[in-house]
Amino acid sequence: MSEHIVKSYDEDLMELSRKIAEMGGLTETMLAIAIKALVRGDTDLAQRVIETDVRLDVLEKDIEEKAILTIAKRQPLAVDLRMIVSSIRLAADLERIGDLSKNIAKRVVAINGQFAPQKIVSGVVHMSDLALDRMKRIIDAYIQRDVQAALDVWNHDEEIDHLYNSLFRELLTYMMEDPRNIGFCAHLLFCAKNIERIGDHATNIAETIHYLVTGKSILADRPRTEGAYKPLDPEDHI
Amino acid sequence: MTTTHQDPSTSASVSGQARPETISVKNLRFYYGDTLALKTISLPLYTNEVTAFIGPSGCGKSTLLRVLNRMYDLYPGQRAEGEVIFEGRNILNKNEDLNLLRSRIGMVFQKPTPFPMTIYDNIAFGIRLYENLSKAELDERIESALMKAALWNEVKDKLNANGLSLSGGQQQRLCIARSVAIGPEVILFDEPCSALDPISTAKIEELIDELKSDYTIAIVTHNMQQAARVSEYTAFMYLGELVEFGQTAQMFTSPQDQRTQDYITGRFG
Repeated sequence: MSEHIVKSYDEDLMELSRKIAEMGGLTETMLAIAIKALVRGDTDLAQRVIETDVRLDVLEKDIEEKAILTIAKRQPLAVDLRMIVSSIRLAADLERIGDLSKNIAKRVVAINGQFAPQKIVSGVVHMSDLALDRMKRIIDAYIQRDVQAALDVWNHDEEIDHLYNSLFRELLTYMMEDPRNIGFCAHLLFCAKNIERIGDHATNIAETIHYLVTGKSILADRPRTEGAYKPLDPEDHI
Repeated sequence: MTTTHQDPSTSASVSGQARPETISVKNLRFYYGDTLALKTISLPLYTNEVTAFIGPSGCGKSTLLRVLNRMYDLYPGQRAEGEVIFEGRNILNKNEDLNLLRSRIGMVFQKPTPFPMTIYDNIAFGIRLYENLSKAELDERIESALMKAALWNEVKDKLNANGLSLSGGQQQRLCIARSVAIGPEVILFDEPCSALDPISTAKIEELIDELKSDYTIAIVTHNMQQAARVSEYTAFMYLGELVEFGQTAQMFTSPQDQRTQDYITGRFG
């Protein structure tokens, strides 16, 4: 992309891109460390994740303010407008991803001291490996403005969902086997749910990248395992 | 050189039906002496819609506007080839009645151009050229034109004041009233707001929005946001070529041609 006649405009956009990338890097680290803390039962490590979330919130606010100011100052059009609007959306998704990792870290603190059989934890670790891989790829896709890479992530959200469903059944089994597992397994279930939500946000980010680069929304129906869309019936809620 | 026309499936046209065109420009070439200023341009002006012409200085957008009511005939050595179809005929024909044509296709210029006469006479002047109205009918027509130009409330008590005594924004609306008074089909605006303050600009934009229900409008503007605000269709021109034509909403969010993108985002040159 060639440069703007007004150089400071390029600097405004670059600052937004840079901060999004920083948020992306932070969220990746937060999830990785939260899971490490979970595996080791390390509350100090978990505490670091909780503290890092503050920086993420600051970045989100910075991006939002910078985006609004840039719209007011430059009256952006076309790709610039999409870039600025996208950065607001991306910052919101990344901030949520950070919150979800922070929630996992908080669980680690709550679990503290409880019995933690590694074979139960390994399912969650597997899920988080998948989520981390998706996050890494989606942040790279953003930095490279790579629509195809974004589409790849978008098309594979199913994997995490499947993993979540099987982990759910697995955890139920442990809980039924031995009631002493219930407390720990319930925490793990919430951790797994958080990771599954992180996957959803990665999908949102893929959609935003697609819009940013092409100017179009992703039209194709994303693959769904469960039933097709049914309109809501107001009677259902009575 | 081909023009990028947006995918018709995304255009606002009623499904299956072609949009009515008030003016159809077909393979228009325009020369200043030996210089080719418009290189085979084809585009429609859709009925009751606003079409904006944008592009850097010298791209030919004002030239195109001036062809649409044969303003170029006023200057020697300028000629147009191709077709501009309006009301079923090619208005580039030599035997076209230019006075009548310019009453059907009115024009408002960059700088307000009121005549040095009263507000009343500024509007009556054009009407008297074409019609013989009684005093009462004339009064009514002038009031209606001033109403349509959103100027009536400001000048109704001083219709005998000199047109030049009005503010720039009011003068521009007086010129619009003057065009409207003789019942045109099309109004051409050549950078109508570039000499006006933001409030007057907003009033003119509001006016354009209201006028389009009665008229087909073309506007040349250097203000990208203005084009985005007032028009339904946008034509981006560069070096005498029509680079891209399409719906304004798409042109300003995701243009198809790289040159359009570079120009509207301020990356040109």
